Amino acid sequence: MDFLVFQYPMITLQACLDGILLGVLFALIAYGMALQWGVMNIINIAQGDLVILGGYIAYFMYLYGIHPAWGVIVAPVIMYFVGIAIYKLVINKVVDRDLFISILATFGISILFMQLMNFAFGADVVLANSGYGTTMLFDNNVVLPNSKIFSAFISIVFAVCLVIYMKKSKLGRAIRATAQNARAAKILGVDTEKVYAATFGINAALCGVAGALISITFTIHPYMGLPYTIRSFMIVIVAGLGNLPGVAMSGMGLGVFEEFADYILGTEFRIGSVFLLLVLILVYRRFKLSRKREYLK
Amino acid sequence: MNKNFVLYAAILIFGLAAPFLFPAFKVQLSILCVLIVLATTWNIQGGEMGYNSFGNILFYGLGMYLCASVQVGMFFPLAEWTESGGEKTFVHTPTQFFQGMAVGLVVAAVVPTIVAGLIGYSILGLRGHYFAICTLGLGVAAGEISGGIEIIGAGQGFTTPPFPNVGSLEARGEFFYFLSFFTLVLTFIAVRSIYSTRFKLILNAIRDNEDKAEAMGIETMKYKIIGWMISAFFCGLAGGIMGGLVGYIDSTDVAFDGREMGVFMVLMAILGGKGTLWGPIIGATIFHIFKEGFWTFFLGWQYVALGVLIVVIVIYFPEGIMGWLREKYPERFGEVVDEKDRKAQVELK
Repeated sequence: MDFLVFQYPMITLQACLDGILLGVLFALIAYGMALQWGVMNIINIAQGDLVILGGYIAYFMYLYGIHPAWGVIVAPVIMYFVGIAIYKLVINKVVDRDLFISILATFGISILFMQLMNFAFGADVVLANSGYGTTMLFDNNVVLPNSKIFSAFISIVFAVCLVIYMKKSKLGRAIRATAQNARAAKILGVDTEKVYAATFGINAALCGVAGALISITFTIHPYMGLPYTIRSFMIVIVAGLGNLPGVAMSGMGLGVFEEFADYILGTEFRIGSVFLLLVLILVYRRFKLSRKREYLK
Repeated sequence: MNKNFVLYAAILIFGLAAPFLFPAFKVQLSILCVLIVLATTWNIQGGEMGYNSFGNILFYGLGMYLCASVQVGMFFPLAEWTESGGEKTFVHTPTQFFQGMAVGLVVAAVVPTIVAGLIGYSILGLRGHYFAICTLGLGVAAGEISGGIEIIGAGQGFTTPPFPNVGSLEARGEFFYFLSFFTLVLTFIAVRSIYSTRFKLILNAIRDNEDKAEAMGIETMKYKIIGWMISAFFCGLAGGIMGGLVGYIDSTDVAFDGREMGVFMVLMAILGGKGTLWGPIIGATIFHIFKEGFWTFFLGWQYVALGVLIVVIVIYFPEGIMGWLREKYPERFGEVVDEKDRKAQVELK
């Protein structure tokens, strides 16, 4: 236990800023999860592995001499088709079944992806060096890597574009209609099968963007997927489905929590504290709801 | 009854004779027994109660660490053991080893049961997928946290006491085989007697419609917690045995291995058929044979095969082997089928 972080305001500020910049990325992933959860009613355990796969695409561009920031454009395009392929092969068979079936099936996909990435890219922790340098603030007391600022900026741009797309375009309207009532949408001529495929593809593309940004700012490793899934799940249940400002806020809150947990408990308990926080949030909500004789649905 | 008695006697005799018939497979057979115990007890709350848990690995890992810690801590300082790779400096005499193992197994079974009882009230109030994800988080969190605790070896792992020299080279395998086989028999008797009581009907009522069960005056929370505690008891016991069998405990790769064992127990129960007595046993046996085949012939590709296997089983056989048999031969399961109904069924298909 080390509470030094609260005694020096500059360290506190550093942790907060780091957390917020990190949280924006989490919110982007969580947005994808909220989208598919709301529209198709499945929980995708493989979400984090799609993120890592997107990260490896950017990393490979870096290895072949292309600046990894271009991964932000390339990764979502590739990931969109990966998402469609996963949908056609597996997800469309579990869409209208029990939620536990979808959890287990995507758990299988997660294990599969983890191991395939391990074969293809090796089990080393890697990062794509963007060479962006750092920004010093407050008399050089707070150090922010430019890559983190870049990644937060790009995530916000993508999120805003997607929100506008969902509001204005024909496909966006079809997706929202299917989320409200799939059967009625079908009767009114929406091809729900196509909508589901597109939703999963968009989700995978978002994961691709987030992964490319993570490979620039942090590190990636084939087995690091599950924490990202749990983080996005946590953000969605705190914010609720279809609550975009809530997703953004709780994403940043989670980022700040993680940075503080890192300082106080030590880095080895960072992932553990995330998973424990999930359990605590669920238990808190359960007790709050049980006073009204209800349960989480 | 008579037919069943013959069947049980045959299985019991086969089980007792197995290590002498297949001396090379003793370790595999012991692991099979542990897997069957895990699948059968997962089925109590996963299949019968409808609470699909990924978190039974928590009790398994807890039992594993507790059994080994008690076995070491009873005779030697635990911190020094884990720090220096204690098996080189400290040696258990046979008496110490077996005494430690006995006390360790009792602790390994009792403490997870208490833990399940304590956290049960909070966790079991969640339903459906929230319960599944919450228990998944619990299992992974336990692994990550135990990987940071120094006294039980932290990241480098914990070597369990090696089997003492009692004169025979075969003794280790036979000891662990009979230990796990005895646990299996104990589990089977316990589960079978549970399944013939009102308790099982209550669990099924909770699975089918919890709100209605509550409205009928059943204290569902009490029975849910008891069901989970029974699972935890046998999971802890299985973990303790597995720790001694493997000989080495690592926080995320052996004990709290949500990616392997945590999914295996769910998969085995589903493969055999959720909510049946024999389903998990058949499922575990088939799964273990498959797994060893994969691990031997496709070394390196085993997780790929595992991922594909999970997806295929979940999508195409969600009812499992027993469910498929039940649909095909309903009379064997004590269901009376009208001849007209069957014809209508065939025509429908």
